Amino acid sequence: MDEILVLVDHVDGVVRKPALELLTLARRIGTPVAVVLGAGDAVAAVAAKAGEFGAERVVTAEASEFADYLVVPKVDALAQIAASVNPAAVLVTSSGEGKEIAARLALRLGSGVITDAVDLTASEQGPVATQSAFAASFTVTSRVSHGIAVITVKPNAAAPEQAPAAGTIETVTVAFSPAATGTKVTSRTARVSTGRPELTEAAIVVSGGRGVGAAEGFSVVEALADSLGAAVGASRAAVDAGWYPHSNQVGQTGKQVSPQLYIANGISGAIQHRAGMQTSKTIVAVNKDPEAPIFELADFGVVGDLFAVLPQLTEEIKTRKG
Amino acid sequence: MSLRIVVCVKYVPDATGDRRFAEDFTTDRDGVDGLLSELDEYGVEQALRIAEASGDAEVTVLTVGGDDAKDALRKALSMGADKAVHVNDDDIHGSDAIATSAVLAAAVGKAGFDLVVCGMASTDGTMGVVPALLAERLGVPGVTLVSEVAVNGGTVTGRRDGDSATEVLEASLPAVVSVTDQSGEARYPSFKGIMAAKKKPVQSWDLDDLGLDAERVGLAGAWTVVDAAVARPARTAGTVVKDEGEGGRQLAEFLAAQKFI
Ligand SMILES: Cc1cc2nc3c(=O)[nH]c(=O)nc-3n(C[C@H](O)[C@H](O)[C@H](O)COP(=O)(O)OP(=O)(O)OC[C@H]3O[C@@H](n4cnc5c(N)ncnc54)[C@H](O)[C@@H]3O)c2cc1C
Ligand SMILES: Nc1ncnc2c1ncn2[C@@H]1O[C@H](COP(=O)(O)O)[C@@H](O)[C@H]1O
Repeated sequence: MDEILVLVDHVDGVVRKPALELLTLARRIGTPVAVVLGAGDAVAAVAAKAGEFGAERVVTAEASEFADYLVVPKVDALAQIAASVNPAAVLVTSSGEGKEIAARLALRLGSGVITDAVDLTASEQGPVATQSAFAASFTVTSRVSHGIAVITVKPNAAAPEQAPAAGTIETVTVAFSPAATGTKVTSRTARVSTGRPELTEAAIVVSGGRGVGAAEGFSVVEALADSLGAAVGASRAAVDAGWYPHSNQVGQTGKQVSPQLYIANGISGAIQHRAGMQTSKTIVAVNKDPEAPIFELADFGVVGDLFAVLPQLTEEIKTRKG
Repeated sequence: MSLRIVVCVKYVPDATGDRRFAEDFTTDRDGVDGLLSELDEYGVEQALRIAEASGDAEVTVLTVGGDDAKDALRKALSMGADKAVHVNDDDIHGSDAIATSAVLAAAVGKAGFDLVVCGMASTDGTMGVVPALLAERLGVPGVTLVSEVAVNGGTVTGRRDGDSATEVLEASLPAVVSVTDQSGEARYPSFKGIMAAKKKPVQSWDLDDLGLDAERVGLAGAWTVVDAAVARPARTAGTVVKDEGEGGRQLAEFLAAQKFI
């Protein structure tokens, strides 16, 4: 069977859920070979996890360059590993970094690159990717027609499945290119965890927009989110006003989410916001303007003041959950 | 020597309009109004700020696109850029990101640069890979997806807000930078700026001028193929109730019926 190289994204040894999704997708189109890049103990922990999720082989490389310099060291490693494994495809998580790694890798391999796949299937002409285009108003299927297919896949494209495999570890030493040390990371500040689920990984997302009115107003949005075990999102208007962090922005220039349930509060539903949430399974909106475009996509809408509706909803959920 | 800044800007279909694909599955650019990508206005803005701070800089705006793309250049010139380059050739139609980056790299090289500034992504293709590809092709550092950027002497620094951390980046010039929509509001062209733009030089280059082979670009040179592009069925609006004191409970009822609670 064709081997599929999967770059396993992790934060200090903790594998990110999208990476497990990639391994699951890779099993669908071939035999997963995981690539784990990092330094120290983190690498062994990540390698073990990759084996649990279907990696027959795990190629690891340890070097401080991966953390100290931007993007290129990882590209050097992947290019070197791809040359020896000769896979049918390389899968990378669709993050800002992931897309840059994939693009540069594709150029070096003489390959085409596809970004932001939401699904992957096997075909005689190689992997076929499904993508959303124009703010999710089109579904596109595409393939790489030249070289090893390099594809970045969005979070939530598949449910990660455990599939214990050999997970045989091979350690390589990367010969870094002169470009590897071009962009130095002079400091890194980890984002403080809120204790809530990751926006892109959450089954339920509760968002607030300009209608929330102030930073303090987000407490009603957060209370509803917590009653549902949901992540909190925000429109760009709310982020630009400084009411909520940019890392929580949903939309074209924020996160693209596709949860089971999306609850939009005080959000009008501009095309750029829709680009980030339109593919959610069920959409609910609370807005005081009955003409707000968000109602055109909502499965259930309440025309009303979010400061009245949300607290009542939160209470009711708590009562029902007991 | 003055700092040579090249800003890459793309002319894109208006996102608030009815965007669609042409028969060859390329973006339909004929039937839809276009404009300078809003996300590239941030690139123009940062380039102008860097130029102002340096006191001795020249800002060139560069686009690869059809005839209409000159509108994007005009807007950038009226914001304050000094001159423009328009790469326009029928053979470029249908280029993928890899091919587009080849054209841009050749044009940037011909123009001469110390700093290339890009937007974070084009609003039509939304790939966000061209800046990284440019850096790779030019063999210079990429200081990408930054929300803050500064040039001091021969060094460029930036703040990159990633998924799990905020990083401070540093590289030597020449370099490629891409800036996010968090980098600072773009200025509006002033009346004076609009008038001045009319007299600023716009050069037109084709593939021959860049010494590029037509085979390498366009649909023919694309390394990806689109098999199908299907309009998603529009979401149908569901039940909308007016809150008359029971809105929250009605919503809870809906969520319970859908097994969310
Ligand atoms: C290139 C580009 C990229 C962009 N990227 C993004 C992006 O990633 N994400 C994004 O969200 N936007 C993005 N935007 C901005 C987008 O166009 C809209 O401006 C933005 O989404 C509006 O946010 P909003 O819906 O919160 O605000 P508004 O459009 O002002 O809507 C506020 C809504 O709240 C309602 N409301 C007010 N008070 C209450 C109340 N008490 N109770 C209930 N309802 C109330 C109002 O009726 C109104 O419908 C982008 C724009 C551009 C040009
Ligand atoms: N045709 C083009 N002409 C000029 N610049 C472009 C073009 N396409 C992409 N760019 C630049 O590359 C950035 C990222 O684009 P993309 O990778 O297509 O999302 C844009 O914000 C522009 O700065």
